Amino acid sequence: MDNIITVKNLTKKFKDFKAVDKISFTVARGEIFAFLGPNGAGKTTTIKMLTTLLKPTSGQILINGSDPLTEQDKVRRSFGIVFQDPSLDDDLTAWENLEFHGVLYGVPVDLRRKRAEELLKIVELWDRKNDLVKTFSGGMKRRLEIARGLLHHPKVFFLDEPTLGLDPQTRKHIWDYIFNLNQKEQITVFFTTHYIEEAEKIAQKVAVIDHGKIIIQGTSAQLKKQTKKNSLEEAFLELTGHAIRSEKANKIDQMRMHRSLRR
Amino acid sequence: MNIIYILWLRQIKKYLRSRSRIVGSLGQPVLFLVALGFGFGPIFQKAGEGNYIQFLAPGIIAMSILFTAIFSGIEVIWDRQFGFLKETLVAPVSRFNIMLGRTLGGATVATLQGLIVLLISLTIGFRPLSILGILISLIIMFLTALLFTALGTAIASRLQDMQGFQLIMNFLVMPLFFLSGAFFPLNGLPKALAIITRIDPLTYGVDGIRGSLIGSSHFGLSIDFLILGGITLLILSLGSYLFSKIEI
Ligand SMILES: Nc1ncnc2c1ncn2[C@@H]1O[C@H](COP(=O)(O)OP(=O)(O)O)[C@@H](O)[C@H]1O
Ligand SMILES: [Mg+2]
Repeated sequence: MDNIITVKNLTKKFKDFKAVDKISFTVARGEIFAFLGPNGAGKTTTIKMLTTLLKPTSGQILINGSDPLTEQDKVRRSFGIVFQDPSLDDDLTAWENLEFHGVLYGVPVDLRRKRAEELLKIVELWDRKNDLVKTFSGGMKRRLEIARGLLHHPKVFFLDEPTLGLDPQTRKHIWDYIFNLNQKEQITVFFTTHYIEEAEKIAQKVAVIDHGKIIIQGTSAQLKKQTKKNSLEEAFLELTGHAIRSEKANKIDQMRMHRSLRR
Repeated sequence: MNIIYILWLRQIKKYLRSRSRIVGSLGQPVLFLVALGFGFGPIFQKAGEGNYIQFLAPGIIAMSILFTAIFSGIEVIWDRQFGFLKETLVAPVSRFNIMLGRTLGGATVATLQGLIVLLISLTIGFRPLSILGILISLIIMFLTALLFTALGTAIASRLQDMQGFQLIMNFLVMPLFFLSGAFFPLNGLPKALAIITRIDPLTYGVDGIRGSLIGSSHFGLSIDFLILGGITLLILSLGSYLFSKIEI
């Protein structure tokens, strides 16, 4: 089968600490792939390496046939991404954020405006298009980020905890949309989430990472069978243990927390 | 080209939307102009140096450019903290173009700020020599703005958060400003101070703006222009190098 993502022995060290430790996996073209793991497992670090934001310490990556280290622009053109943390410009309007993205990705002006309109209607933000993003709720920002990530019609769509902190209605809405997109446009979807039942529902393949290592991968049926559990959530807890994890917050995270608390 | 333009446009839009910031950042230059201008005026006159407002206004224009420009560059840290930097860094665009677009935008904003201070100083009695002089001064203002926006960007590329900001203000921006000859004439200085002022790149910005606006410059316009242009190119390359090394 044709693999759009191939990862071999990928490792990332921060000083002496191995955040990602020799992981290997493949994602088939058109697949929905869930990357699960407790806090601090190494999910975001992996996504950053796949999307050219971080240089791996060692290992190989191919995204749509190109190497993120040497063919950055080819790789960058092939994916769209919704980051774990907010990444919109709050001082611009929803429309301006999309315009900005379209220009950066070289989408011709007519096409850019047509798609921006379509996407804003789909994520139900069309009537708010001229409002500054700072007036948006968390769910609206998330929806706008999803629209933005799709504006240049990527082949692979990375979503890092796209539904974190959203209410069940918005979560369902977002997943329905992503699922439809995958079905209609054959876009490959690579996502991480804390909500294991979401992964069970929509992912064709699942990998579980803990302490930087992939401990199991396969379909959720296979994972349940191997752990002899009835749900993926139980299987997940069985595999990763019940101890509570906390992320070692770095300075930037702390600043963000302060900021969100002040609001 | 489109890419540089959209990055430039973003800086301009953000500036025009932050009215309170524009007004706030005018407070200091106006205070300096009025308090120092009228306060030291009589002494300056007695020492046979002429009208102090005439001498001071170009220095204060350079000051507001310096502050706004460094601040625009430092804003990279904000973009990093509030996430928007990631959006630009995953785009299929060269880091150099990103840095250039931002820097041109920041420099334009700083030049506008300098222009506003120029207009304000007209109301308290500053009299430039000619329209041509004003046009030439705008070019020097923009070069100065470009230099310090690039410097701010270079510094910000190496910082993770705003904790170093106070350090930068006290040990870089303030010395750059006070040692630039914004307040005092450059002739007849003690040796050490004379050397330090010549190392400070803002000196040439102040001197060039003064030269073009009131026709008296210490080094001569062409020297100011050359030195300023050279340093700007240097810092711009340094800034884009450091910017290209950013990892998130
Ligand atoms: N820039 C960094 N410097 C040092 N440690 C980091 C850095 N980024 C992430 N880490 C650490 O790497 C580990 C994995 O983090 P991350 O990939 O964000 O986890 P996840 O997304 O699975 O919650 C964590 O222990 C985190 O503290
Ligand atoms: Mg994460």
